Amino acid sequence: MNERGEVNGSRGVEVAGVGLHPFGRFGDTTATAMGVTALRAALADAGWDTAQARSRVGAAFCATAYGGVAAGHRVLGALALTGMPIVDVEAGCASGGAALSLGAAAISRGEHDAVLVVGVEKMPKGMIRSSYFAPWQEQAGLAATPAYFALRAQRTLREHGLEVDDLAALVVKNRRWGAVNADAMFRTEVTAEEVLASPVVCEPLRLWMLCSPNEGAAAVVLRRGRGGVQLAAAALRSHLPGSVLDESTPMAGLVDDTAIIPPSTLAATDAYAAAGLGPDDLDVVECQDTDAARELLSWSELGLCAIGEQRRLLTDDGARSSAINRSGGLLSKGEPLGASALGQVVELVRQLRGHCGDRQVPGARVGLAHTIGRGANASVTIVTT
Amino acid sequence: MIEVGPDGRAFLLGGYSPTSGLHHFPVAPLCPYTGAEDVEPVALSCFGTLWSWTAVTVRPPGYEGPVPYGLGVVELVREGLRVVGRLTVSDPAALAFGQPMRVIAEELPGIGTTWAFAPASDAEDVG
Repeated sequence: MNERGEVNGSRGVEVAGVGLHPFGRFGDTTATAMGVTALRAALADAGWDTAQARSRVGAAFCATAYGGVAAGHRVLGALALTGMPIVDVEAGCASGGAALSLGAAAISRGEHDAVLVVGVEKMPKGMIRSSYFAPWQEQAGLAATPAYFALRAQRTLREHGLEVDDLAALVVKNRRWGAVNADAMFRTEVTAEEVLASPVVCEPLRLWMLCSPNEGAAAVVLRRGRGGVQLAAAALRSHLPGSVLDESTPMAGLVDDTAIIPPSTLAATDAYAAAGLGPDDLDVVECQDTDAARELLSWSELGLCAIGEQRRLLTDDGARSSAINRSGGLLSKGEPLGASALGQVVELVRQLRGHCGDRQVPGARVGLAHTIGRGANASVTIVTT
Repeated sequence: MIEVGPDGRAFLLGGYSPTSGLHHFPVAPLCPYTGAEDVEPVALSCFGTLWSWTAVTVRPPGYEGPVPYGLGVVELVREGLRVVGRLTVSDPAALAFGQPMRVIAEELPGIGTTWAFAPASDAEDVG
């Protein structure tokens, strides 16, 4: 992989297998146990037993934000796959994307023929508590993550000509697909009226417009080669200084911020260039919907629509908008930080293989996965057949 | 991060780099926008306009004060800076884009004096 995230040169990287532990709440089940489930499924999907994995795999990368010390070693240890380098990766909501880009780079550089990438998370319940904030910020009430989502949502509504009803329509869209995803946490369709009637957490965001932090795991086996699903790009970027409402949540930012390109756009630009593709080539997209307004903003940041075009996409161009977050998105699946980005990749690979049943996008050949989160970190992954 | 001047008006203590020509808040060792090293502490504007706002209805981690409380972003009038802070108004419907706001000092249990923003009357000097 070159510095722009290119992985489709002469040394192609293929997704040999994918696996998932469903996202939700699972009582006493540990993050390690969920990681083992996902990784075993991915190895089985690749057609490798443990002995074959041991001989072929050169390294493992484990994405987690709350998993603690050596989370990856615990997962790989349970499968008797230690000995190889195991690297834990934290990049907020983009942790899985970061782990994937490290794994792809190791193959592209010729360092390894195959790598394992796994993401595990068992989030504490309630509002996300993050060591990102200083204690005084918590005490002052400035560590309220949904409030920052809300401050940005207010601006998104204003700058894109949207209303709260559009946020409700977005939730209805995603929950419709979550209802037919057996791996999702929330599996019922909802109406716009129900969404609007759910409790206001931080105006304009209602409870059902926010994703739920939860638990789960996802795994991807990468190998050098061509055939099946190719990893065409795995880009990771952080924020440029100056924006006050980026996921970097600084205490201040510049008023004249028009020239400050958001990290999602930086990562998408790199990924499109690396894959030699553009937004019009995408058949299926998984994008960050930590809150409903975040997804609508992401559409324009990823070039899926122009600023202010979101409502037209939601209402008149349902074919296009319904190919975005066909898994149900985080609004249906919940968000286990370390696993969520890899969960998107698992969904895309299944879409490209035509294995998604009631939520299949017919004939999907190109998929894009996007996360943006604390740091700020943004990842954009493109897979193709 | 906040001080009260002899006229009784609260102001935020920020940083300014002559090299980058940019203000920041709170004061940092280097200009957070350019990395310039010539940062000097400066008093920032006492007034600004409301750029975004919400109210927090659920107590966030580590916070033991009352809910709901307002949270917003105010554009300070002179420096070209948008600053995050608590708002004295916790009803979002009572606020509007662009409305004049002023900096106030607020006492919070456990951390002492911090800054917040309160609606300013149009008659007040917002320059």
